[in-house]
Amino acid sequence: MVRKGKLVLLVLVLVAFSLSLAGCGQEKPTLYVYNWGDYIDEDILGEFEKEFGMKVVYDTYSTNEDMYVKIKSGGSNYDVIFPSEYMLTRMLQEDMLEKIDLNKIPNHKHLDERLMGTVYDPKNEYSLPYLWGTLGILYNTTLVDEEITSWDVLWDAKYKKQILMLDSQRDSIGAALIKLGYSVNTHDVDQLAEAGELLKQQKPLVLAYVVDEGKDKMVSGEASLALTWSGEAMYAISENEDLAYAIPEEGTNVWFDVMAIPKGAKNLEGAFKFMDFLNRPEIALRNTEYVGYSTPNVAARAMLPEEVRNDTQAYPSDEDIENAEFFVHLGDALRHYDRVWTEVKAH
Amino acid sequence: MKRATLFPYVIWMALFIVVPMLLVLYYAFTVPTDAGATWSLDNFSRFFEPIYLRVLGRSLRLAVISTIICLLLGYPAAMVMAGNAFSRKSVILLLFVVPMWMNFLLRTYAWLTLLERNGVINVLLNALRLPNLNILYTESAVVLGMVYNFLPFMVLPIYSVLSKIDKGVIEAAGDLGANSFRVFTRVIFPLSVPGLVSGVTMVFMPALTTFVISRLLGGGQFTLIGNLIEQQFLVVGDWGFGSSISVVMIVLILFSMAIMSFFEGEEKSVALW
Amino acid sequence: MVKFLKRSYVYLIFAFLYMPIAVLMVYSFNDSRSRGMWGGFTLRWYVELFQDRTIMSSLYSTLLIGVVSALVATIIGTLAAIGIHNTRGIQKKVIMNITYLPVLNPEIVTAISLMILFVFARVRLGYLTLLLAHITFNIPYVILSVLPKLRQLNKHLYEAALDLGSTPTQALWKVIIPEIMPGIITGMLLAFTLSIDDFVISFFTTGSGVSTLSITIYSMARRGINPKINALSTIMFTFVLLLLIVVNVRQAREEKKGRNGKNGSKRQVSSLGARLGGV
Repeated sequence: MVRKGKLVLLVLVLVAFSLSLAGCGQEKPTLYVYNWGDYIDEDILGEFEKEFGMKVVYDTYSTNEDMYVKIKSGGSNYDVIFPSEYMLTRMLQEDMLEKIDLNKIPNHKHLDERLMGTVYDPKNEYSLPYLWGTLGILYNTTLVDEEITSWDVLWDAKYKKQILMLDSQRDSIGAALIKLGYSVNTHDVDQLAEAGELLKQQKPLVLAYVVDEGKDKMVSGEASLALTWSGEAMYAISENEDLAYAIPEEGTNVWFDVMAIPKGAKNLEGAFKFMDFLNRPEIALRNTEYVGYSTPNVAARAMLPEEVRNDTQAYPSDEDIENAEFFVHLGDALRHYDRVWTEVKAH
Repeated sequence: MKRATLFPYVIWMALFIVVPMLLVLYYAFTVPTDAGATWSLDNFSRFFEPIYLRVLGRSLRLAVISTIICLLLGYPAAMVMAGNAFSRKSVILLLFVVPMWMNFLLRTYAWLTLLERNGVINVLLNALRLPNLNILYTESAVVLGMVYNFLPFMVLPIYSVLSKIDKGVIEAAGDLGANSFRVFTRVIFPLSVPGLVSGVTMVFMPALTTFVISRLLGGGQFTLIGNLIEQQFLVVGDWGFGSSISVVMIVLILFSMAIMSFFEGEEKSVALW
Repeated sequence: MVKFLKRSYVYLIFAFLYMPIAVLMVYSFNDSRSRGMWGGFTLRWYVELFQDRTIMSSLYSTLLIGVVSALVATIIGTLAAIGIHNTRGIQKKVIMNITYLPVLNPEIVTAISLMILFVFARVRLGYLTLLLAHITFNIPYVILSVLPKLRQLNKHLYEAALDLGSTPTQALWKVIIPEIMPGIITGMLLAFTLSIDDFVISFFTTGSGVSTLSITIYSMARRGINPKINALSTIMFTFVLLLLIVVNVRQAREEKKGRNGKNGSKRQVSSLGARLGGV
């Protein structure tokens, strides 16, 4: 009986203790930040806290969709989030964001003109780019002895079971759509069906549909070609010098991860200060060096070592950017994309 | 008195299992229209198309195969552990569980490293001049992943039941002239069935709805029911369709369990309808 | 000889279970971030690990939630299993089928439905909701572990205890519980294991400032999991292994003492020990 009493007491103590933690740490003004995992140099958070006397609560998510559901449900309150551009357009359409006051973010002047004022947020009233890149082809120069100029190479039977595609509806279907000369944001069911057919034809040549594990496969030489993003490509190239990255001539997709403020955020001032802080050239430089993705901050880029800042793989030319499309939210058409994708995967 | 012990659970169940399930049913049976949500069977009729049924069929097949393999591998292991081959049983038991405390994603990535063309296993095989094993990105790899992940769930309940079978009963059977084989089939196995049923339940059902294993080890080539449902909820945002697929699956499984229990009778099965 | 074969079989299974763990541990010393190549031996990930505030705090949350939810789920679940065992008919069928729902349901469905429930009830997402969610999906596994042991139970044990003058509570505590203890322990172990490894349900039912280790790790997936995590796993694994060795050695010493000491009383106690299945 004594042992039972002790056990119950122990449990109660533990439960009470854990619940008490729920109401902890509310003394200083707090900034709640929601970002991708491993996507910031975390020392920066400590420095921000010291300089501005705020506490930063930093949580992470693994996909845009997960983040969207959390924010939409309203159960949690974040002040700063980092959606990708297509998710931003969706959140804009659903009125889920606060306006940002550019006057309170003077450092935004360092941001690359070409990457500001995009089709989805023409005056940057809701977002500022954080990191960016392109969609393209990562290839192993020792296993692929031709120059990569076209998306066709991903459909070349010569590379049977040497090709990695992305397990991401929009990116893989997007590549097929660009190859066919259509828009990556098309709502046209026939065009989608065509893209679907192309992908089904490609399936026997594909080794796997990967997400992040693809870059390790390229590094170890398991595959010769991979559809991937420039950020991943730069990482892979840094680990294996035989690799190279190319953007096909037909055009491609430029992606952004942007900073935005969800509606109902409690600490707007803090959010603006944080965004401004991140755009200080030295801070932006540290972030791009830690993460390895391209920075939209011109001043930071100028401080990068020469081989990096002039590397067209990481920082494509003006024409490539002109030639590229941005993803926008598809709304109801998403169902059609999903249907096509399911058919391809179940083929 | 013993019935009263059920009380806290019933309250918990009603709050945290029944109410959320009602929410799922709500989503499954309604479609959002401009006038709000209206009752409809659209979500269900969408599921009964060949392509989705194919996905369901494949998921069922792989889940059944994985469960059978877990059973074939796990039952003997549980028997050995419960027997007298090992003296320090608690330690062995814990050794079974500890790998599962390492993050699941990490372990699955480790399997990628093991199974790749230039992976650890093939490097070893090559050193021994044996042929390569290239099962990565095939259904075999997915089954391997499932078995790896769910084996302890099969072993633990069977072990816990086997370890308490009265040794006297076994001795008596032997005294009455049964050889080891008969002792097993007529005495040990039937007594272990409750643990077996628990094990099968804890393996088959999650195996049916898993999506990480098929995505990583299957190279995204095998869309299983779990992937489909996750897609609906997250990527497409069609909670109605996702809910309806879940409901169909639950009904299917509960129904088949009911049929099984009809044959087994109340004594042995834990699942009744 | 037979014993050797039996042991070898289990060792083979262990080899299967531990191969990926070994790979994990080796890569925690890899000087390259990539799984694809070996960059040389280094200890830097271990150093960086302890400076990482996110990982450390999520480790703490994970362990706390794991222990508390396993304990609470075990208590509620064991009591429930006892109750279910004594129910018959429609009531039993309904309860069992509802119990299966969290096991049956795809995790994303459980996760989102719980999240909606909490938001709807205006409960702020955080530690509490995370704990409630974990307990919810743990209880069925406890029930499924304890129920088979109850079936195995000799029906008359409880009545015999009552006849001999104990109150129902005493009978429960001194007779039933010890008999089903292996099931309870198994259930608690399973609950703890499920809790620390869960991602989907945790992600959608937790609030700002509360992250579990799983969430932190899955969030890194897009960038490639930082070997700091491998280092953490290696440390955790080594710690548990050492703990097991210590327990093993202590048990061996006690057994030795028992053999050399008073033999008589040990005989009687040993049958009870055998009853507990060595757990």
